[in-house]
Amino acid sequence: MIKENMRVEAQREIAPAIYEITLFGELVTHVSAPGQFLHIKPAPGTEFTLRRPLSISHVNEADKTLTVIYRADGQGTKRISEKRPGDVINVFGPLGNGFSTSSIQSGDQVLIVGGGVGIPPLYGLAKDILKKGASVTTVLGFADASAVFYKDVFEAQGPLFISTMDGSEGTKGVVTDVIREQGLSFDYLYACGPNPMLRALNKDYSEARGAVSLEERMGCGIGACFACVCHPVDDPTGTGYRKICSDGPVFNWGEVII
Amino acid sequence: MNRTAVNLPGLPMKNPVMPASGCFGFGREFAKLYDLNKLGAIAIKATTRESRFGNETPRVAETSAGMLNAIGLQNPGMEKVTAEEIDWLTSRYETPLLANIAGSTMEDYEAVAAHLSENNKVSAFELNISCPNVKEGGIAFGTDPKLAYELTKRVKALSTVPLYVKLSPNVTNIREIAEAVEKAGADGLSMINTLSGMKLDVKTGRPVLANQIGGLSGPAIKPIAVKMIYEVRQQTNLPIIGMGGVTTLEDIIEFFMAGADAVAIGTANFTNPFACPELIDEFEEWMEQKGYNSPADIRKGVEALS
Repeated sequence: MIKENMRVEAQREIAPAIYEITLFGELVTHVSAPGQFLHIKPAPGTEFTLRRPLSISHVNEADKTLTVIYRADGQGTKRISEKRPGDVINVFGPLGNGFSTSSIQSGDQVLIVGGGVGIPPLYGLAKDILKKGASVTTVLGFADASAVFYKDVFEAQGPLFISTMDGSEGTKGVVTDVIREQGLSFDYLYACGPNPMLRALNKDYSEARGAVSLEERMGCGIGACFACVCHPVDDPTGTGYRKICSDGPVFNWGEVII
Repeated sequence: MNRTAVNLPGLPMKNPVMPASGCFGFGREFAKLYDLNKLGAIAIKATTRESRFGNETPRVAETSAGMLNAIGLQNPGMEKVTAEEIDWLTSRYETPLLANIAGSTMEDYEAVAAHLSENNKVSAFELNISCPNVKEGGIAFGTDPKLAYELTKRVKALSTVPLYVKLSPNVTNIREIAEAVEKAGADGLSMINTLSGMKLDVKTGRPVLANQIGGLSGPAIKPIAVKMIYEVRQQTNLPIIGMGGVTTLEDIIEFFMAGADAVAIGTANFTNPFACPELIDEFEEWMEQKGYNSPADIRKGVEALS
């Protein structure tokens, strides 16, 4: 965990309001696993009180860069989207525990399921899994065809299925419809996306091996403020908790209530 | 000579900067970022008799130059706090601890104060009569001078360490409450806690926070803190730990000028996780440049002008 003024190397809009920013700095050498996130300050001074927790999509260790994909939805992320190459941006991280792939063996079938801006960290994960000799099938859910991004990069990793809510691309419906329709089976399941999607997966596959990455509004990002807690499934006293920022954001299936 | 040292009841501080309760957990997370011995003191997260989960999420929302929080006093309960958290801190660091005590009833507060007194590890207590985010207790004791007096007196009677009372700004006249707790035997004041506030999601019309209302903190509330510290300083010589949006060196100086004897850094720890050590370095440098021998000299300078 370090705080650093990282240099913007590139920034582009890859779908309406979805931006891909590439940052250069020492912080890259601290990243240990896909699924970790950064806490980014949108502007210097007191205009923005809280940092924005944005997950790392993938890193390029050789040139000390990392890529973040985010939705410019509020004032802070809009400000980040205005950064241009050569600008600096204050970043604290990497934070949280990423996806562990240590038990995946060569030949394993891995299913990756992502929705919207939950998709980015799954790209870095897919790259790690392929390095282990396992195979990756990906299911991505979007609102509609115009919102689709990173289709080509996931297609290059293995079979890719897309669902859209309005049916303008791929299967009409949600990711679980695709999994059923295609009869997809797997040894490991990894997912990141909106809570309704994760809830549906967690219900169907609470015993699955693999993991799920959660998101929540955060304060400190390191576990001190207790803003982003969730309930564990195993909670005899009713006061048990997991901090999404520091115990997660990646959890085993069936570990926490989504 | 250490020109930044301040000696408050129970709290011999090498510098006048401490993280504020609720913004620093029990120190473990920030200990990964810097040496906690750098801090003047540490105000640890509010402790209650029984463990509490707190409110549902979302628990935080950003506002202009501030934020709302409604954590709801989540903590593992006093037994675990002493056995696991306070012990962890005191076995590793010399920094004095200010334990924030909260509860729903007067008996709850007494139980925590008695337990922490018996445990004998913290240097002072901070009576939390100002949390706006719990349904019972908390702020109710901080907005009624009679209740504030009674609770302070009862907790003071069984405390073995100095007692600071953390005042709520959600009152018409904070001087009344300050006067009541001073009469009841408080050794110092912490001020201010957060202001009660609300944010609606304009897409849905619903409150952003699951608790609907929360406590406003950050630079947005600093002028209110300065005014209230200034007002209370006119009537009492009790030590005041000033807090409420302190983010920069200039803020620390302003709080001292208003009448604070030390400052606590809250929300700024989230904006900048290295806020406390960076401010301590800046403050030391500034004191040296000014040639002041003690933070009290900042106020003497103001008094000489008036």
